[in-house]
Amino acid sequence: MIWQFDIIILIFLVVTAVIALRVKDLLGASMVFGIYSFLICLLWAEMGAVDVAFTEAAVGAGVSTVIMIATVFSTTRRSKD
Amino acid sequence: MKFFGLLSVIIVGFLLLSATKDFPNWGDEDSPANSGPVSSFYIEKTEEKTKVPNMVTAVLADYRGYDTMFETVVIFIAGIGIIAVLRTYGNNESIPKNQVGDEGAGLLARMTCSLILPFIQLFALYVVAHGHHSPGGGFQGGVMLGASYILLALAYGLARAKSCFSEKRTLVFAALGIFIYVGWGVLCLVMGSEFLNYSALDSILPGGVEMARSHSMLAVEIGVALTVTAIMFSMFSNLSTKGRLDKGL
Repeated sequence: MIWQFDIIILIFLVVTAVIALRVKDLLGASMVFGIYSFLICLLWAEMGAVDVAFTEAAVGAGVSTVIMIATVFSTTRRSKD
Repeated sequence: MKFFGLLSVIIVGFLLLSATKDFPNWGDEDSPANSGPVSSFYIEKTEEKTKVPNMVTAVLADYRGYDTMFETVVIFIAGIGIIAVLRTYGNNESIPKNQVGDEGAGLLARMTCSLILPFIQLFALYVVAHGHHSPGGGFQGGVMLGASYILLALAYGLARAKSCFSEKRTLVFAALGIFIYVGWGVLCLVMGSEFLNYSALDSILPGGVEMARSHSMLAVEIGVALTVTAIMFSMFSNLSTKGRLDKGL
């Protein structure tokens, strides 16, 4: 476990979380969510929890992003607030 | 209102951050999770008793088989719920004009997908079949297999993907996965042991008690993978077409 690597990933995690909350374009927000999932997958893989990281990469960064984008396409792309 | 939201977030965040210093250190041997009798039993005895090197899979599929079984049921219920809410029959609602038609993506994307799809599916099957020796298992492999059908739907249109994996087949596979898992538990019951106690199956599976548990884990992982594959594809196809299952993304 390399702590410098951890610090970088954690900073990026906070940044992507804030971006996903602040951005008005819901398509962009779901893609930033995919980046968030991938970063947390890196963190888990680095901590040695490879099974959890695998699940996060497949479900969080992969399928759930696609499902969210599909939902955005069939609802609305602009956030109301 | 936003000010109070920010205030509560700051207060709760401060409380959570101040609580983290009471946590045991990462990898601490004396932490309650590591020093208890249960986890040391799993770490020391899993490979000896089940012949499965990946103890995460052994705990998920064998020692806590009930947990995984009902997780699979939860996924099944989620998929059935999405179908019950979204699925519409008949053409009462007019199809919006701005949706991409059934022709799918462009030539380049189609060719790339047709090259990469067999490898995705093969890797997904490897993850399912090799889940008790390496990272992975039924959930991950099932999600990847479902994602390969989603990719097929994105590149070639939903009609092409539905010709491989029709709605009826989706539901049958989702139910069949749970049937395999529960049926394996009932088989243990029939062989004269507890529900999901795989060591009872050593008389019908080759290789002794340990290998019977290992093979049984593979069987229930296949069940989990079937359900997850079917539900993932059904979720995508219902969400992307507002339940009409005609023209997708």
